[in-house]
Amino acid sequence: MQDYQSSLSDPSSRKFETFSYLPEMTPEEIRKQIEYIVSKGWNPGIEHTEPENAGGHYWYMWKLPMFGETDVDAILKEVEACHQAHPNNHVRLLGFDNFAQSAGAAMVIYRGKTV
Amino acid sequence: MAKTYDAGVKEYRETYWMPDYTPKETDILACFKVTPQEGVPREEVAAAVAAESSTGTWTTVWTDLLTDLDYYKGRAYAIEDVPGDDTCFYAFIAYPIDLFEEGSVVNVMTSLVGNVFGFKALRALRLEDIRFPLAYVMTCNGPPQGIQVERDILNKYGRPLLGCTIKPKLGLSAKNYGRACYEGLRGGLDFTKDDENVNSQPFMRWRHRFDFVMEAIQKAEAETGERKGHYLNVTAPTADEMMRRAEYAKEIGAPIIMHDYITGGWAANTQLAQWCQENGMLLHIHRAMHAVLDRNPHHGIHFRVLTKILRLSGGDHLHSGTVVGKLEGDRDATLGWIDIMRDSYIKEDRSRGIFFDQDWGAMPGVFPVASGGIHVWHMPALVSIFGDDSVLQFGGGTLGHPWGNAAGAAANRVAVEACVKARNEGRELEKEGKDILTAAARHSPELAAAMETWKEIKFEFDTVDKLDVSHR
Repeated sequence: MQDYQSSLSDPSSRKFETFSYLPEMTPEEIRKQIEYIVSKGWNPGIEHTEPENAGGHYWYMWKLPMFGETDVDAILKEVEACHQAHPNNHVRLLGFDNFAQSAGAAMVIYRGKTV
Repeated sequence: MAKTYDAGVKEYRETYWMPDYTPKETDILACFKVTPQEGVPREEVAAAVAAESSTGTWTTVWTDLLTDLDYYKGRAYAIEDVPGDDTCFYAFIAYPIDLFEEGSVVNVMTSLVGNVFGFKALRALRLEDIRFPLAYVMTCNGPPQGIQVERDILNKYGRPLLGCTIKPKLGLSAKNYGRACYEGLRGGLDFTKDDENVNSQPFMRWRHRFDFVMEAIQKAEAETGERKGHYLNVTAPTADEMMRRAEYAKEIGAPIIMHDYITGGWAANTQLAQWCQENGMLLHIHRAMHAVLDRNPHHGIHFRVLTKILRLSGGDHLHSGTVVGKLEGDRDATLGWIDIMRDSYIKEDRSRGIFFDQDWGAMPGVFPVASGGIHVWHMPALVSIFGDDSVLQFGGGTLGHPWGNAAGAAANRVAVEACVKARNEGRELEKEGKDILTAAARHSPELAAAMETWKEIKFEFDTVDKLDVSHR
């Protein structure tokens, strides 16, 4: 039997929703998730936040959502640019589904140091 | 020209069988599966059902002539064979919308499944489907928040939500119960849940439960940084008491409450749903007692009708069956009523048991809840069948983990995320499920232990209520 490792005092217990219970994705895995967003016809968007402010609904938008963008490399480049500009922040990629008026996908791609 | 009064008993079909009638867009349409007594002609029985579920009684009365009965009557307009079953037939009946009070599923159902179900000329009767015209849908409140708003409130995107019903269903003290919730939530669940018969018993009064569970939610949220909830069951002996419990849940900051919409009653449910809408609360709905009504293939009310009733009366989650777990449910039929819960327009599709086009307009959708006898090995099939807009609920499949609830919850969370990731990568979940879970378990000892515990359990009984699509 194993003890479940999680506590208020251990920042590594903090999660950030979808895919945060899996190991960080490799570049190849990230590419496949972006391909999925593009294949669904969703609009990619990037958001980031200081880990201590991750709890709110609104993170900082990185530029505007990339409406109509289907080039996976172009999307990856923007994710990378956001990460370079804010290396300590969580960076998440969303796929905005304008018909459902919801995000069809949302995943933290770069994980900041949780607090 | 005015009619004259002619007392006595007339055959129903003279008035209520109208094979040339073209249903109006505003008519409420119903499809009944009718099993008549021997020797009674189909048209007469169909007309009798139309009469007894609308304006008619067994004899002509003089007051019929004081109104425009030809406008208000229900009309049997079509009859069809039931594939593979000679004992019964389908009768299609159109009701003018003015027969029903606006926004009242209580009133619609009191007419449609009222006295007529005890009618002597019938051996059995089943309400298979109802088409609610958009004009009627617009008079109903519907789900308090709907799928999209719930995702926004709880910050859950791109995956099914995960829940767990606390067991044993009955007998735990409030503090021990809250412990079971806390462990599940900190392990990665989005929700824990009161079971349908958890109300306010002597061993755990509702207010103690609400207080302890709320502390569990708040601590798990602080610990994981994620939003959490617990369906606080507010079903009560009276509607006043139900509302008192709902108010208290709101006061302590609970995001979601719960109601047993069949045993609690549709009037109470509609009242609660309207209150939830006004107060920003989510509403989870349990369907206890549904199988009494919907399981017999010849008599009762089909679950797709009960689904439509709930969407109109109001609820944000509704139990749908799992297809793969311990409870009854044919796959195609289940997919049919899942669409009825979630989509805005559902086309007639007999292969899934859907008899009418149904237009919900802008009425929000309801999350289907898959619950009952499921565990991690079912996850690939569940994600494939239900997709993202669903709540997957593992009771025994969380609490029965050899290391406890937190580990059981983590196992399910890792499994659901691994399945969603694989699906997004274009992999076939139901074919490659074992590989996907095995790979995920390499990073999760909790998942590995869960897979070891449950690998042999299967539920492979045939369903009792099958779709009438092929000759048996």
